[in-house]
Amino acid sequence: MCVLESKLNLDFKLVEQARAHASQVADDTQRFIDGCTTVAVERTICRLLGIDGVSGGSVLDVTGENNMGVPLPSVVVDHLMEKGALPQGAAFWLGNAMLETGKNPQTLAEEVAAGTLDLTSLPTHAETEIHDVLVPIVEESLTKIRNRRKRREDFIAAHGGEKDGPWVYLIVATGNIYEDIVQATAAARQGADVIAVIRTTGQSLLDYVPYGATTEGFGGTYATQENFRLMREAMDKVGEEMGRYIRVCNYCSGLCMPEIAAMGAFEGLDVMLNDALYGILFRDINMQRTLVDQSFSRAINAYAGVVINTGEDNYLTTADAVEEAHTVLASQFLNEAFALRAGLPEEQMGLGHAFEIDPDVENGFLYELAQAEMAREIFPNAPLKYMPPTKFMTGNVFRGHVQDALFNMVTILTGQKIHLLGMMTEAIHTPFLSDRFLAIQNAQYIFRTMKDLGGELVFKDGGIMQTRANDVLQKATNLLAQIEQLGIFETLERGIFADIKRPRDGGKGLDGVVSKAPGYFNPFLEPMMKGGAGK
Amino acid sequence: MSSGLYQIRDKNLDTTLDLNRLKPYGDTMNDGKVQTSFTLPVKDDDRGAAAAVLVAQKMGLADPNVALRQKLDENFTFYVVYGSLTHTVNYNEIVVQTVTDEVMDMHETDEFLKERLGRKMVVIGASTGTDAHTVGIDAIMNRKGFAGHYGLERYEMVEAYNLGSQVPNDEFLRKAAEVHADVVLVSQTVTQKDVHIQNLTELIELAEAEGVREKYIFCCGGARITHALAKELGYDAGFGSGTYADDVATFTAKELVRRLDK
Repeated sequence: MCVLESKLNLDFKLVEQARAHASQVADDTQRFIDGCTTVAVERTICRLLGIDGVSGGSVLDVTGENNMGVPLPSVVVDHLMEKGALPQGAAFWLGNAMLETGKNPQTLAEEVAAGTLDLTSLPTHAETEIHDVLVPIVEESLTKIRNRRKRREDFIAAHGGEKDGPWVYLIVATGNIYEDIVQATAAARQGADVIAVIRTTGQSLLDYVPYGATTEGFGGTYATQENFRLMREAMDKVGEEMGRYIRVCNYCSGLCMPEIAAMGAFEGLDVMLNDALYGILFRDINMQRTLVDQSFSRAINAYAGVVINTGEDNYLTTADAVEEAHTVLASQFLNEAFALRAGLPEEQMGLGHAFEIDPDVENGFLYELAQAEMAREIFPNAPLKYMPPTKFMTGNVFRGHVQDALFNMVTILTGQKIHLLGMMTEAIHTPFLSDRFLAIQNAQYIFRTMKDLGGELVFKDGGIMQTRANDVLQKATNLLAQIEQLGIFETLERGIFADIKRPRDGGKGLDGVVSKAPGYFNPFLEPMMKGGAGK
Repeated sequence: MSSGLYQIRDKNLDTTLDLNRLKPYGDTMNDGKVQTSFTLPVKDDDRGAAAAVLVAQKMGLADPNVALRQKLDENFTFYVVYGSLTHTVNYNEIVVQTVTDEVMDMHETDEFLKERLGRKMVVIGASTGTDAHTVGIDAIMNRKGFAGHYGLERYEMVEAYNLGSQVPNDEFLRKAAEVHADVVLVSQTVTQKDVHIQNLTELIELAEAEGVREKYIFCCGGARITHALAKELGYDAGFGSGTYADDVATFTAKELVRRLDK
């Protein structure tokens, strides 16, 4: 623990206890995770083995009206699923076919799509042979991701190193990637450090990743590899112009967590939303599916040097921010424990929380400040992600601007890192160009004028804030003890998080979970879980 | 940029309130003062500012004053403009469709249902179609409710089913039949490209096709929903921003009793 002094006089013995409980929960869950794979994990392996593009088949978009074209990784995995061969893993069958035919995975996938190849009907080779034939492709793919990571690190080093203070995080959400680029470029020029392209509503429940550049979306833009590439390219351009690195963020959440992580790794994305439990709670995705998917997605993020953003802030959109603050902290401990098991270092854990206390609550600001300071002290190395008020943004844009100002103050006082800018027009429309400008001005003013105020302040011993933080910590520790006893599955079934109950065998995507057969292997998991590609 | 610190008032301004000729109020009756802000996709220069004045004039603003012009990007400039609206409206002629006159609180609604219905009212709600946001339906249904207004789950005489988000319309109606719903609540948060209208229309059309349109009381809600819009789309009521579980419960309880009394 590298906190020199705790302003909140936190009981670090309790913190240790909480961590131990979370760690036990993650270990228990990991045993389940290790026994299973999913269609998303296998599609990801296909992508990492170089399979890309779409076939002539038909798969519908979020409106259920337009054909997006079936991605080849989906073709291969559906084929293996149909043959009951997925428990051996896509790598096994592709490697075997490479040995047998001498063709590369892309060609094999095209032949599967054309109906001219059945991967499972070829004579099978020895496992060691299959492993060996894949080595050069695996290494090529890993090198590509390593180079991407190095490119980011070099760019930052060449432009004066990493920025001190909060990263100003802004969203664009036009639905059209080319319009997003216009908005993102303007935002970067105005001072944004991170640009997040909001995904179209509904994509989290698509069990495939659409292909190519897209110009139609609802409340956001499709996450596709081409869209990632276009945005990265545009932000490199404006980054050169501004002399600083602009980070690009997207979502590896929903039914395609690891696939999107892999696409982001190839295209140099920097930040990705990724929560171990969010999809289960808020998208009704089956818990077995999400737990397996999140594990591999985080290993990929770890290797690519991607900072993940976890979704604890969402709890507070359904549950009360005063009463349920301890569930946020408990979830942060769990997300940390799961992330560590996937090889993700603390420096890449953007654990989430939010400024969502009702403005009518007396001393609400003190509770917000206490919660944020507590997160800072308990997770000292994590680039914490702090979300602005949304639940109590009413359409009164003038009060909204003040709420956002208070939120900005908490960030600068407590050293939050990934600062998602609040918009005064939240709850009215997706941000106008001018809304974004006003929000940046608001934040820059406060970050400048209060830069070192946090270091000047001490909190009263036994005062409101110290009492509040220790109370939340105690409750979180108790909750984690209970979760350790119940296990993660039963915890979710009982609705302990966000008041939402999810059955173990309910929700979407369960049919995409299969138990691994003997001989299963994922050639990427081990090298990626070693963490930092640069190391 | 500013036109000065002094209010230069039209000496002939008639400062008597006339509801037949209603105008915005700044600090003097009938001054018509409004503020507006917008971005023009042009450079920040005098020509751009002149364009902003013309835009304001075409909006019906007399004496537009560009209080702020701010460069947002190379070819985008933000303007804050004040002016006096030249248009008037006749307030006396306006008729507004409202959902209910008097809103009952939770206790009153429970009592009303006990006495007049004699059983629990069954309410099923969801955010339907592609909409992934539960904030609206949660505000109405969750026990805790929103802004001090308890949600329907807390009502003693309401049996509430909240199906959450992204519920397909056909599945929604199937579930409504299964729980013998009296009331169907639909929440729509995402309104980009009017996807909410499409979705709300689809539900009603589906209900009509399945012959259950009259079986349930259909209500929709969301920040961009008005009662008038809801009626136009074929719903019994619509609840926009500033309405809570109380409003929904009052309307549906009274409407249900009214229908059954027939």
